[in-house]
This record gives sequence, structure tokens and C-alpha cells, in this order.
Amino acid sequence: MDGDRSAPPSILRVESGETATTLHLSGRLDDETVAACWHRALAAAAGSAGRIEVDCRGVDYCGGAGFALFAALEEKSEERGSPMTIVGLAPRFRELFDAIDRRKLRVSAAPDRGRGGWVGDIGYVAAGRAGDWRAETEFVGEVGAGLVSLARHPRRLRVREWWKIVEKAGSDALPIVGLISFLTGVIIAFQAAMPMRQFGVDIFVVNLVALAVTRELGPIMTAIVLAGRTGSAFAAEIGTMKVNEEVAALTTMGLDPVRFLAVPRVLAGIVVTPLLTVYSMAAGIAGGLAVMMLIDFPLSTLMNQLSGALKLQDISAGLIKSFFFGAVVAGVGCMRGLRTGAGPAAVGDATTRSVVTGIFLIVVLDAIFAVVYYNIDF
Amino acid sequence: MSADGIVEVKRLTAGYAGQPVLRDISFRVRRGEIFMILGGSGSGKSTLLKNMIGLYPAMAGEVLIGGEDIVGARGSRREGILRKFGVTYQGGALFGSMNLESNVALPLEEWTRLPSDARLLLARLKLQQVGLGGFGGYLPSEISGGMQKRAAVARAMALDPGLLFLDEPSSGLDPVTSAGLDDLVRSLSRNLGITFVIASHELSSILAIADRVIMLDGGGIVAEGDPRELRDRPTNDYVRAFFRHGKERAA
Repeated sequence: MDGDRSAPPSILRVESGETATTLHLSGRLDDETVAACWHRALAAAAGSAGRIEVDCRGVDYCGGAGFALFAALEEKSEERGSPMTIVGLAPRFRELFDAIDRRKLRVSAAPDRGRGGWVGDIGYVAAGRAGDWRAETEFVGEVGAGLVSLARHPRRLRVREWWKIVEKAGSDALPIVGLISFLTGVIIAFQAAMPMRQFGVDIFVVNLVALAVTRELGPIMTAIVLAGRTGSAFAAEIGTMKVNEEVAALTTMGLDPVRFLAVPRVLAGIVVTPLLTVYSMAAGIAGGLAVMMLIDFPLSTLMNQLSGALKLQDISAGLIKSFFFGAVVAGVGCMRGLRTGAGPAAVGDATTRSVVTGIFLIVVLDAIFAVVYYNIDF
Repeated sequence: MSADGIVEVKRLTAGYAGQPVLRDISFRVRRGEIFMILGGSGSGKSTLLKNMIGLYPAMAGEVLIGGEDIVGARGSRREGILRKFGVTYQGGALFGSMNLESNVALPLEEWTRLPSDARLLLARLKLQQVGLGGFGGYLPSEISGGMQKRAAVARAMALDPGLLFLDEPSSGLDPVTSAGLDDLVRSLSRNLGITFVIASHELSSILAIADRVIMLDGGGIVAEGDPRELRDRPTNDYVRAFFRHGKERAA
């Protein structure tokens, strides 16, 4: 609203008598002039001892705000049980006002969105979750079957489209994965080097960084970046396709949307995540080594320490996880996209849910892997 | 600008990314009339409309709304011009998170000093004027496409503009709903004196409600005048084909 506008000229003069209150209106009844006199006019009507007369002989224009004022005055007078009359309103405005069904202005219907109170809410949420679980289980099954079918008939893969997905999910993610992993290595090394130096064991920072990055942080950081970047992109893309009825078009053409849209993306996730994870591990270790070099360790010493600290088993432990993380991130993104509701807000909702669910499942899976690795001494 | 003109387009060149779609076109819309911009798909109807409302910057020329040039207008001057008219878009463009009352009340909230009860009453009144009395609590997703377009008209009318621009109001609507929208336009024009500028290619609407039309083809205006006269006495082959094929399709 423009706050600099000067006050509009008063269009209202109130004349109170014993049997009637007359509201003399004049000039233009538009949003500006009506806004200036709204409360005074209604207060005059509410305080009237008798009938209310609205004198419009001086009115030369009446817009919607003027009609709203008449309707509000009429409602006030009806509440008080005294009649209201409008006199002198030009016929063309009178005709428009008479055409308004004033009773309908007092109510505003809305469809029944009630669910029967909190009991109903619990029921709806429970039924929704049950439906979600069923759909999620079906989706996992369909994607699994799709991947098996693809392994048996690899020519069914639309390689050109699939390669574009791989490019977007994989090589386009290299800068951000590299930067985050490098900085993670730097942070761990810095945090560990100072206290370990007090005990004269700061060379073992290399072991710490190498183990942490290969077994945990490399796969986890890569998966989280992919969930935020690739999983959300899958959800938004497929969600928009669903809103635009492209998914419905696939279905009516006899093409299974899961096989056509989800399977190539999940396959891309499974392929690129381990590659990005290896790259992330290398960047993380490089970050740690950079810090160690800054605190005066020669590179040859660090490499010697690293070769002793890092085993193929550590890298394998991280890589095995990354296959599953890739499948989860891509799968959740596709599933959320395919389960998008109606309207543009639904796409945003699907995208958000894909990221939240993706990260949650990554952490859950990582915890499961930690327990399994411990028990099998891997 | 003449006394009866509410919109005047002077030597307008408009397009996208430096490529003109419309070249050097001029016409005038008279106060109180229902003026339609006709043409086939891709003829530049929507481009012209969006240049007239200042949504796209014109490449050259002037668009005078109530005597003021919207091309190049900035800041409060532009806001002043924008308040003179309302616009509805092809898809309705209602805000999905707000119910109909809130959609209509939004411009009132932003541009007027009316108290909240007045805004609510006025929003309901506008909805009633487009035949949606009592539907104020509905969300756009809970009503039909035709009702959404009516609600969009109500929102465009919220500030009592004397001029409304409608972009393809009948697109995607069934004939009955489309005819209902035509009736609404005619009634608002007759009763409230609103001037309408409508981009359309719906022949039934054109013949039913348009006072005057311009027809676009090949980047320019190929015909101008009363649509019934143009139908009966086409001035060129394109006009003849437009009305003949439209009539055949309608039949």
C-alpha cells in the first residue's frame, strides 16, 4: 500500500436525529474514500436510535467499495432490527446494488475438509502411512524387477538418455563433491592434529583421516550431496512430468513409468555413486595431507604413513556402502516424483521429501553397515 | 489520444530475444467496448497483449493506457498505470495456497486502506458479480476450470479498473462454460462499463460479444472492424479463411 498518499476528502456527513440517523454521502465512493469513512459510518449506524437513511444524492461514482459499505450498513441495521433506506442513488448504481444477493455476502462456503477430529486425523495419518509403505514396497519390487530385466535385456536401455542422466548426476557433481570432501579432510586433520601433537603422535592424523574418509565420510558426504542435488532433481523432474500428465501419457502408451523413468535413474545412481565416492575419498585424503604439510610434515613421510594405514578393505567397506547409497538416493527421488500430487506446490513437496527421506535412509543404512561390519569383523 | 480512447497502441514492434513477432502495428481501443485481438496460433496475440500490459518490454513504439505510455514507465508512474487495469491469464493464475476470497482480497490488501472486514465483503461481492457467490472459502484446486477463470476475472476486477485484459479466456473450456464466460463479459461491460481487451481465437465468442476486432497475421494487422461485417464481407483471403474454417469447425 502506498503510504504517501494524502488523506482523501471526507465523503461522509452524519446527521443524528431522535427517530433517524442520516448518513450523507457525496463525491466518489471508491476504495480510498470509503476506507477513510468506513469505521465512522458503521459506528454511526450502530449508535443510531432509529432508522438509518443513506443519502446518496451527492454521489457521482460508486465502485465496489461503495457497495460493500452499503451492504455493511444494511447488515448493521438488520442486527439492530431497524430498517435502512438508500435514497438518491443514481439508477445505474442502484441497479447494480440491487443485483447483489446480500445474504450470500455474509457466508462463505467451503468444502468439508474435516476428518472427524483428532481421532479421524490419526486414522488418516495411519492409513496414509500404510498406503505409503505399500507403495514404497511395491516400488522397490518394481525397480528390482526392472533392473533384473535390464540385466537380461541390456539393449532395452535407452543409452543416450541414460548417459545424459549419468553426466548430470556424475561428472556435473565433481566440483561440489570434490570441494566438500577436501574441506572435510582439512577440518578433520586440523581438529585432530593439535591435540595429537601434545602427545607426539600427530603423524597418526594421517591414519585417522584415511580411515574416517574411506570407511565413513567419503561415502556419506557423497551420498548427502547426491541426495540434495540429484535425488531432488529426479523428484522435481518426474514430479513435473506427473503434474503435466506426461507420466499418464506413458502409462496410456503401455509403458511402465517405473521401468521407463525410475530404472535408468536408479541404475545411474548405482553407477555414479561409487565413482564419486572414490573421488571423494581421494579429495578428503588430499585435504588431510595438505594440512599435515602445512604443519611441516614432508610429503614422503606422509605417503609412507598413508600406505601403511590404508588397506584395500577400508576402501572396499566404503565402496560397498556407496552402491546402496546410490540406489537409495536415486530410488527415493524417483519414488517421490512418481507419487507427486496435483499442482505446483506438490512438486516442491515431493522434492523436499525426497531430500529428507534420502538423507534419513542414508544414515539408517550407514548405521546398519556399521553393525554388520563390526559383527563380521570387516 | 482521442477522448473516447482508453488504450492506444502506436507503431508497436514487439518480439522475443531481438526477433520481432509484431512489426509497427497501431490501433485504438474505445472506452466501454469489447475489443478482441484475433489470429491463429503463433500469430502474436498473447505477445501483443503482454506488451500492452507492460509484462514484456516493447522493442519500439508506444502503448498508451488512459493517455500514459506504459512502455518505459518505471517506479510509481508504472504502478499508477498498472492500477488502471486488471489482467487474467490463460490458466487463471490463481494462487493455489489461498482460497478464492483471499485471492480476490490480495490486491485490496496491498493497494487500498480498506479495513479487513471491508476487504472481505468486497472480495465476496466481486465473486458474486462473476457468479461465484458463496464459493469464497474454496481453494482453486477445489473448483472447475471455468470457475477458476471466473474467479480470476473477480480478482482482476478487485480494484474497480475500467479496463480488463483477458488472455484466451475460453481456452480449454467446454462450449457451455465458454458461453457462460461470454455472458459474464457482456454483463460486466454493460452494467459496469468496463472496457475489455481480449486475445482469442474462439469464433463463437468473437461473434457473440466482440464490438470490434483486429486480426493478426504475418506480424501485422490484416483486418480491423466489426467481426460480423468482416465475416460477411471479408477484406482478404486470411480473414475469409479464418471465418470459414472457424464456422466449419463449429458446425
